[in-house]
Amino acid sequence: MAMRMRNVANHVKSRMGLLSVTNHGASFSSSTHIGKFLAISPPVRDFKNPDANFSKIATCRFESTKADSGRLGSQYSSIDSNQVLDFPGGKVAFTPEMKFLSESLKERIPCYRVLDDNGQLIEDSNFVGVSSEIARKIYSDMVTLQTMDTIFYEAQRQGRISFYVTAIGEEAINIASAAALTIDDLVVPQYREPGVLLWRGFTLQEFADQCFSNRGDSCKGRQMPAHYGSKKHNYFTVASTIASQLPHAVGAAYSLKMDGKDACAVTYFGDGGSSEGDFHAALNFAAVMEAPVIFICRNNGWAISTPISDQFRSDGVVVRGQAYGVRSIRVDGNDALAMYSAVYAARQMAISEHRPILVEALTYRVGHHTTSDDSTKYRSVDEIERWRLARDPVTRFQKWIENNGWWSSEAESELRSSVRKQLLNAIQVAERVEKPPVANIFSDVYDIPPSNLFEQEKWLREAIKRHPQDYPSVFPL
Amino acid sequence: MLGIIRQKAFGQSLQRIRPVASSWGGYSSTSKQMMVREALNSALDEEMSADPKVLLMGEEVGEYQGAYKISKGLLEKYGPERVLDTPITEAGFTGIGVGAAFYGLKPIVEFMTFNFSMQAIDHIINSAAKTSYMSAGQISVPIVFRGPNGAAAGVGAQHSQCYASWYASCPGLKVLAPYSSEDARGLLKAAIRDPDPVVFLENELLYGESFPVSAEVLDSSFCLPIGKAKIEREGKDVTITAFSKMVGYALKAAEILAKDGISAEIINLRSIRPLDRPAINASVRKTNRLVTVEEGFPQHGVGAEICASIIEDSFGYLDAPVERITGADVPMPYAANLERMALPQVDDIVRAARRACYRSVPMAAAQSY
Repeated sequence: MAMRMRNVANHVKSRMGLLSVTNHGASFSSSTHIGKFLAISPPVRDFKNPDANFSKIATCRFESTKADSGRLGSQYSSIDSNQVLDFPGGKVAFTPEMKFLSESLKERIPCYRVLDDNGQLIEDSNFVGVSSEIARKIYSDMVTLQTMDTIFYEAQRQGRISFYVTAIGEEAINIASAAALTIDDLVVPQYREPGVLLWRGFTLQEFADQCFSNRGDSCKGRQMPAHYGSKKHNYFTVASTIASQLPHAVGAAYSLKMDGKDACAVTYFGDGGSSEGDFHAALNFAAVMEAPVIFICRNNGWAISTPISDQFRSDGVVVRGQAYGVRSIRVDGNDALAMYSAVYAARQMAISEHRPILVEALTYRVGHHTTSDDSTKYRSVDEIERWRLARDPVTRFQKWIENNGWWSSEAESELRSSVRKQLLNAIQVAERVEKPPVANIFSDVYDIPPSNLFEQEKWLREAIKRHPQDYPSVFPL
Repeated sequence: MLGIIRQKAFGQSLQRIRPVASSWGGYSSTSKQMMVREALNSALDEEMSADPKVLLMGEEVGEYQGAYKISKGLLEKYGPERVLDTPITEAGFTGIGVGAAFYGLKPIVEFMTFNFSMQAIDHIINSAAKTSYMSAGQISVPIVFRGPNGAAAGVGAQHSQCYASWYASCPGLKVLAPYSSEDARGLLKAAIRDPDPVVFLENELLYGESFPVSAEVLDSSFCLPIGKAKIEREGKDVTITAFSKMVGYALKAAEILAKDGISAEIINLRSIRPLDRPAINASVRKTNRLVTVEEGFPQHGVGAEICASIIEDSFGYLDAPVERITGADVPMPYAANLERMALPQVDDIVRAARRACYRSVPMAAAQSY
């Protein structure tokens, strides 16, 4: 397959013009600095032709939120331009025409993608280039994540672990977004983003240890499987409460801003999580506080058994950003290159402009919600299989890197067998490591253990000594 | 300084000098009077001055100087980056405060009243209280949640509940309830400096009350230990525990009981979690009788916990059943007479103490002394 000229990049070359949403003959300017990423300048507006601007609204999501009379121009036939309301936030034009804003735009917000379904680069696409090294790491981490999920899911089915959450189908969101960040960026996950931790260096053994809650578990056996957390990887501990992590990320971002760090907070949530009150508060607050935070929504179509048609009636989650004054984009979540580019750009804006960014990644939850769910009960097996096979983000990216000459079938089989072996070994090892010591029941409740917990531990140990037959001998003291 | 000025209007804050208690070390002619409101404000000011990581957030805390003026002057002094007027979303700003605490800041989140904290309680319990444990100590949450708690005067059901027992049942939290200005200063400073999440329950009616404070209390390094109760008045016949506003009522009851020859020991709990079980037990082992007093609802209340603790530790020492005086088991009514009867009054405490001492109790429900 002939290589496209644009693909040849052995070092990172940024193709700017990310702001211009291409082929619409837009009247926007775009900054095109190769190799450097500067703050994106806002698009130039065509004030003489308000119609042109309004029809572009649907395609451009990077504009500021100042009121713009030009925008209303085509929707309202008569604007009383002599009288304006000087209202906090900007002047508001009057109109004698009673017109309600429609509940939905004429067209849905289009979805940014760079690689087509066959992993071919789309013509005239804007993206942030990656080196072959990064691309190979992105790919192999996606494969590792996919394999880990498959094997740990099986382990749960075999009764070796009690519970597991897979991210099948969302490997590109996990890995590509992580690749676009630096280790200083704070990750505040929901629970379907172990790939971010994987990218940052959490080992397969550490994943297994947490799932088996053994003595090696860095989380001291405190949490259900897949509720990872690692301070040294700047990955906040997973909580089961939905969307509670969103305002946490805003608070952490505020702290980063006060420290003046070249870093942002990044938080993930699903289509279901966007219904929580915390979503509203977090986005609203982030805009008001001008916090450098990226909100990444994994819109995967399902919240357990609730399809998005029952979750909201808006055009997905991306349209809500503007309601809060938050710059937003809709991305093909199964296109690793598009995800990488969008998050890379979002990060630059968030940090240099001190603003929140909303990224809605469209994808599909190929697996069940968790091992406690059987999704064939509420959706067709055909639908699942269609996404699993035809829209697999891993094979799509594989085709692209193979086309670039960065990957081969030998490398593929070697990777897959090596990862599989490592995972099976990690599970076997984790299973044999003993459980955490009894002292772990009582530590970390407070900074300094209170006297009542000292007493309770003492009584517990005395009880164990007096009635050893009631306590399994395999549990360490 | 021994003059006692008393205003007996219902619901008005009582302006009075505290009676002598030996634990106060007597009077100093140089000790000044300080309102609880001033005490809280000075504590916030000093801690924000000492540590740039401390910030205050809540509704109306900045420009409005605080809904109850507790944060007066702080916006002007520390600027909008450290004194944040938040949008109206308790869940939102509590979550944000917790997130900021996860990553290095020391937020003080103010609830206009703790009744509104229920809209944020998921973040207080699931995010703040449990995170150090769930993260295996990797994430600490040095946050303070403060605001008025319990009944005020004529504010009805949704503004009058006491949340002491709700928060105190949750491991991972510390729960404090100051009474005097000394308590307010010392405990708030301790709360702000503490690396664990602290729920700090103030009382609206106490804000305007003045108490004498010594030079030691006024010093910016002053701090009270968390988990230690204070014997406000020593006695030998019956132990009465109380916190917040009820301490004042218990002290008044003690004076009345003294006239009848009953010497009551009044314990100001100060700390609801951790509860100073050793102090309460030591007192009950001395007096052999216990009455617990609280404003909140009776079921699963603070008094229930104290009673169970005493039975666990000092059952053999009790000469009479433990009694708990609590608010009525109803949402707070508004009409002044109904509200008065839904809350513990001094007479209720006096009668309970007498019952514990096997004295006969007059039948009439309301008696004025």
